[in-house]
Amino acid sequence: MAIDTIWVLAEQQDGAPVPTALELLTQARAMAGTVKAVTWGGGAEGLAGTLGEYGAQVVYDLGDLGGKLPGPLVAAALAERVRSGDQPDAIFVPTTYDGRDIAGRLSARLDVPVLTNVVGLVEENGELRSEHAVFGGTQIVTARFTGARPGIFVIRAKSFPAESAGGGPASVETLTVPEVGAVSAASVQQRHVEERSGPKLDEADVVVSGGRGLGAAEHYALVEELARLLHGAAGASRAIVDAGWVPYSHQVGQTGKTVKPTLYIACGISGATQHLVGMKGAKHIIAINKDPEAPIFSVADLGIVGDVHKVLPKLIEALKARS
Amino acid sequence: MNVVVCAKQIPDPAAPPALDPERHTLVRDGKLILDDSDAYGVEMGLQLAGDDGEVTLVSMAPNGEVSGLRTALAMGAAKAILVSDEALRGTDALGTAKVLAKAIERVNPDLVIAATESTDGYTGTTPVQLAELLGLPSVTFAKKVTVEGGKVRVERQTEAGYDEVECPLPCVVTVTAGVVEPRYPSFKGIMAAKSKPVEQLTVADLGLSPDEVGFGGARQEIVSVVPAEERGAGEIVTDEGDAHERIIQFLEQLKLI
Ligand SMILES: Cc1cc2nc3c(=O)[nH]c(=O)nc-3n(C[C@H](O)[C@H](O)[C@H](O)COP(=O)(O)OP(=O)(O)OC[C@H]3O[C@@H](n4cnc5c(N)ncnc54)[C@H](O)[C@@H]3O)c2cc1C
Ligand SMILES: Cc1cc2nc3c(=O)[nH]c(=O)nc-3n(C[C@H](O)[C@H](O)[C@H](O)COP(=O)(O)OP(=O)(O)OC[C@H]3O[C@@H](n4cnc5c(N)ncnc54)[C@H](O)[C@@H]3O)c2cc1C
Repeated sequence: MAIDTIWVLAEQQDGAPVPTALELLTQARAMAGTVKAVTWGGGAEGLAGTLGEYGAQVVYDLGDLGGKLPGPLVAAALAERVRSGDQPDAIFVPTTYDGRDIAGRLSARLDVPVLTNVVGLVEENGELRSEHAVFGGTQIVTARFTGARPGIFVIRAKSFPAESAGGGPASVETLTVPEVGAVSAASVQQRHVEERSGPKLDEADVVVSGGRGLGAAEHYALVEELARLLHGAAGASRAIVDAGWVPYSHQVGQTGKTVKPTLYIACGISGATQHLVGMKGAKHIIAINKDPEAPIFSVADLGIVGDVHKVLPKLIEALKARS
Repeated sequence: MNVVVCAKQIPDPAAPPALDPERHTLVRDGKLILDDSDAYGVEMGLQLAGDDGEVTLVSMAPNGEVSGLRTALAMGAAKAILVSDEALRGTDALGTAKVLAKAIERVNPDLVIAATESTDGYTGTTPVQLAELLGLPSVTFAKKVTVEGGKVRVERQTEAGYDEVECPLPCVVTVTAGVVEPRYPSFKGIMAAKSKPVEQLTVADLGLSPDEVGFGGARQEIVSVVPAEERGAGEIVTDEGDAHERIIQFLEQLKLI
């Protein structure tokens, strides 16, 4: 059995497809002849250009969903489509909040399993196999579905490069969202957007992250200052997010963002496996930690055994002197 | 209000994990503990249940394991349902959701709480699969939860900040770490937990057929496990007051400055 058709869930943010959707389209078009993107939240016509450029021939649009959380509605619409005979071989879902909701709901509706935390895909004997980095990325597990298609794959950000294919806009087809009753009763009352300056964490060329080793919330300013001087973004370990020093949107790691910058600088971060999975893909890594045994040093190209309160101020001063 | 909290019992995350050499599933034969991620759910459940309600724990774990449940009972949960059965070995996330759904149906709660993802398997899909099977709405990634007038109000994490989401009860809510500060069980709580009821059920008790769960029900398999390419450790410099100069050099080499 070959792989003919792949659907890619193209979640949008600020009127554009999220970067992972473009990564997944790029990968999908290399594996299947027919690639369809699924959009919701309104403005599909405006997204069709970019989605087409990255490989989608068709956009299935579900409309704006009226402020409901997308999970149950998108899942119900896709399940109905699949049951009517329009059946893809695989559905690629970005690992996002809504993506996981949709995948879980769709899996239960269609009674097919989900493979999650996928970081790679290969084709073998006409079927897709997914790769998963487990145990802090020390082992790669390859898995496959043994039952009926479609296979639902929830794929982590930055698993594939996003490359434009230069294609024209995709054609938009509207799918009706079925009435699902109580399961879709959750609705968004208000959105709160945090202020951000500089590049986005998951798109920045340089990421400077701070951890518990900074000692106190106010010392995070050192991390932000260094990030600013290097035109990068400021990240964080979960320890200091949970402690309330910085908002969650800064978190790097398994439950936070996956970053693949040219340079990652870890300041006062121990290097727990759940942190490493989010940043090990950086091209270069510098770590500053006062404990020579800290696991972060095992992945660092340059490891500085030292106190962040001594090294960072000097580094910042030296950079300022140059600019 | 009556709350069900899903409480996963997992191998101690501090111990090195191991995969079964034949089927490549996580070895869970030793003593299991309450997943830290679920301690937040237990605390949230206790706070929301209030004086006129109670928290029932629901867990699926091998070998009749109750150690983790005792921890949550010591925190204040009233009782627990444990599903344990040889037939469950190899169950995937959807199968787990089927089992938990059947167990939860016996309690008929106002609210079901789970963690956004477990520490050991971390697929993060089980609670939503569970919600769909139960025919309930769900709000995932809650960083703040309040209940008022038959509705739950949740601050739900988003890429850009958070959304205020409202959802009528009954529903499923998944909580993030830090949603509340879990209490430590008191000595009195630990003593009381020893005699709290833990109902043990099998797959047959739930009315599920054995081929819906376990390795057969999973309809997915691991074909190989190989070591990842190692990222070799690089140069280590001990700061003698001039380490920042080495960093500057490094930045210059990368042409970042
Ligand atoms: C299910 C689950 C998901 C998780 N997801 C994530 C995730 O997405 N991201 C994440 O980061 N974590 C995650 N974690 C948490 C993770 O296990 C660690 O607890 C966390 O990464 C530790 O953060 P830290 O390195 O800042 O703190 P610590 O581990 O406390 O490390 C602090 C480090 O600072 C060093 N230090 C102290 N003082 C100084 C100083 N003056 N100068 C220099 N160094 C100093 C210490 O030597 C130490 O190495 C998750 C955990 C679980 C269970
Ligand atoms: C490294 C690894 C990768 C895996 N990948 C996949 C995969 O891609 N697809 C797949 O289907 N399965 C996968 N599995 C199997 C999966 O972890 C198990 O099926 C598990 O029983 C349920 O999933 P979870 O732990 O990932 O739950 P999650 O969905 O991450 O759990 C979220 C929450 O649901 C509740 N919950 C989950 N399980 C239980 C339980 N047994 N008892 C009580 N509450 C519970 C808890 O509140 C938990 O915090 C994987 C397992 C491992 C070890």
